[in-house]
Amino acid sequence: MYKNAEELLNLCNAQGKRIWEVALDNEVKLTGMSRTRVMEHFSIRLEIMFNSALKALENKQATKGGLVDGVANCQYEYSKGESITGGYINYVMALAYSCSEVNASMGKICASPTAGSCGIVPAVLLGVMENKKVSREKTLEALITASAVGAIFTKNATVAGADGGCQAECGVAASMAAAAAAYMMGASDDRCLDAAGFAMINVMGLVCDPVAGLVALPCAQRNASGAVNALISADMALAGQVAHIPFDQVVDSMFKVGKMLPPQLKETAMGGIATSPAGQAIFKEIFG
Amino acid sequence: MNISLLDVVGPVMIGPSSSHTAGAAKLAKTARLIYDKPFKKVRFGLGGSFASTYRGHFTDYALVAGAMGMSEDDERLGQSFEIAEKEGVEFVFYPTEIPSNYENTARITFVDENGEEFFVEGASLGGGRILITNINGLVCELNATMPTVIVQQQDVKGVVSDVSTILAFNNINIGVMKVSRTSRGDKAFCVIECDDIIPENVIEELRQVNNVLSVVVVNIKGE
Repeated sequence: MYKNAEELLNLCNAQGKRIWEVALDNEVKLTGMSRTRVMEHFSIRLEIMFNSALKALENKQATKGGLVDGVANCQYEYSKGESITGGYINYVMALAYSCSEVNASMGKICASPTAGSCGIVPAVLLGVMENKKVSREKTLEALITASAVGAIFTKNATVAGADGGCQAECGVAASMAAAAAAYMMGASDDRCLDAAGFAMINVMGLVCDPVAGLVALPCAQRNASGAVNALISADMALAGQVAHIPFDQVVDSMFKVGKMLPPQLKETAMGGIATSPAGQAIFKEIFG
Repeated sequence: MNISLLDVVGPVMIGPSSSHTAGAAKLAKTARLIYDKPFKKVRFGLGGSFASTYRGHFTDYALVAGAMGMSEDDERLGQSFEIAEKEGVEFVFYPTEIPSNYENTARITFVDENGEEFFVEGASLGGGRILITNINGLVCELNATMPTVIVQQQDVKGVVSDVSTILAFNNINIGVMKVSRTSRGDKAFCVIECDDIIPENVIEELRQVNNVLSVVVVNIKGE
């Protein structure tokens, strides 16, 4: 049994297994489902994730308030031409935007870890899988690795914007995706967790300030930037950057920061850009 | 680790909010499963943050969808108003106060063609999880993740034993069982979460047990 990253890594070392294998063993025990059944569930989730990441690339979705209609298509078209960060990064952003646009338009998504942050893990998994020619099987293992990271946050901190701000939603999603990306590129288990730690440190303290209270703005943008955060964090780990702070302590720090954040910055739409003049004007326009 | 990976990456749902959309749909669907009869009208009393923010998160569409039997991942969720209208089901929303420890609460009242009413109260807990807190006056705590039997009985010896014997005899394994009562010798009830779906003949058998007043079954498929 494990309750944090340190114990998870110890189990990996003791049993000669990868993070996804130890986490999968635990899931089988916890749920009473067979291994095959759990894998089927993950496979279905991966499919739904990919569908939502692709759905809005070419087809604009109609969302409540119209704040994020066509954001995926906008980035997708741009990704085909000249850009600062290149076609790949812009394409991954488009994939994340797509999930958020689908979510805001009452389409089908898979929360990971939440609906508001549902674009980051799919965008990174699909982007890396396609670009680096990773097998679907290995991508599925990466999804389980990401879930294991998410479970550590769920158990020892929070994944609710109302409790911890956006760092607990898009921050955790980026952390999960960073571990997955590192795994797909052949990183060791401790390097995967380093990647997860880097991604969280990069956005620690990020506030949740939804304009008009809708899961749209700035959520969609933070899904796009969160996916890129995951990729660069995985690259930091793969480059061999030293993680001076162990992952469990990063999780704990994030939880404490979340508690220090005032309620105005935790999904109440009472602070941040939600209360900017433009944000308030949007609220009036949509809800009268 | 006692957190399920499938809860971290999940639920699969219609957006935009796991608490305000997916949870709302699940709550109403569970209420309908509990009621399990045809109805002409359904009223949704919204409490807490459901009352103030339901429009932005499509909580209203999700509730109607659930009452019409749709799941939180049903892509027709956005058309639930039209679907209900087509099937001749009226629906209304109103703000209300529901005593609860939770932020997102709803009271769902079904009205049949004779005007008979039946209500279910519950809360959306976040992440798509729900809790049923009142079934037509019967105070309870029901997560509705497993097939569940709720037996209301006279508080006398042997009833609980008779009920569990029937379940065991029909090869239904009990996962969790909670017994409570209002006062000694008065009405009592037990909530029994089972590993298997409870068939109609077993429900009928439970209703025949001496001193059993009512039996409600929620046949949610667990894993």
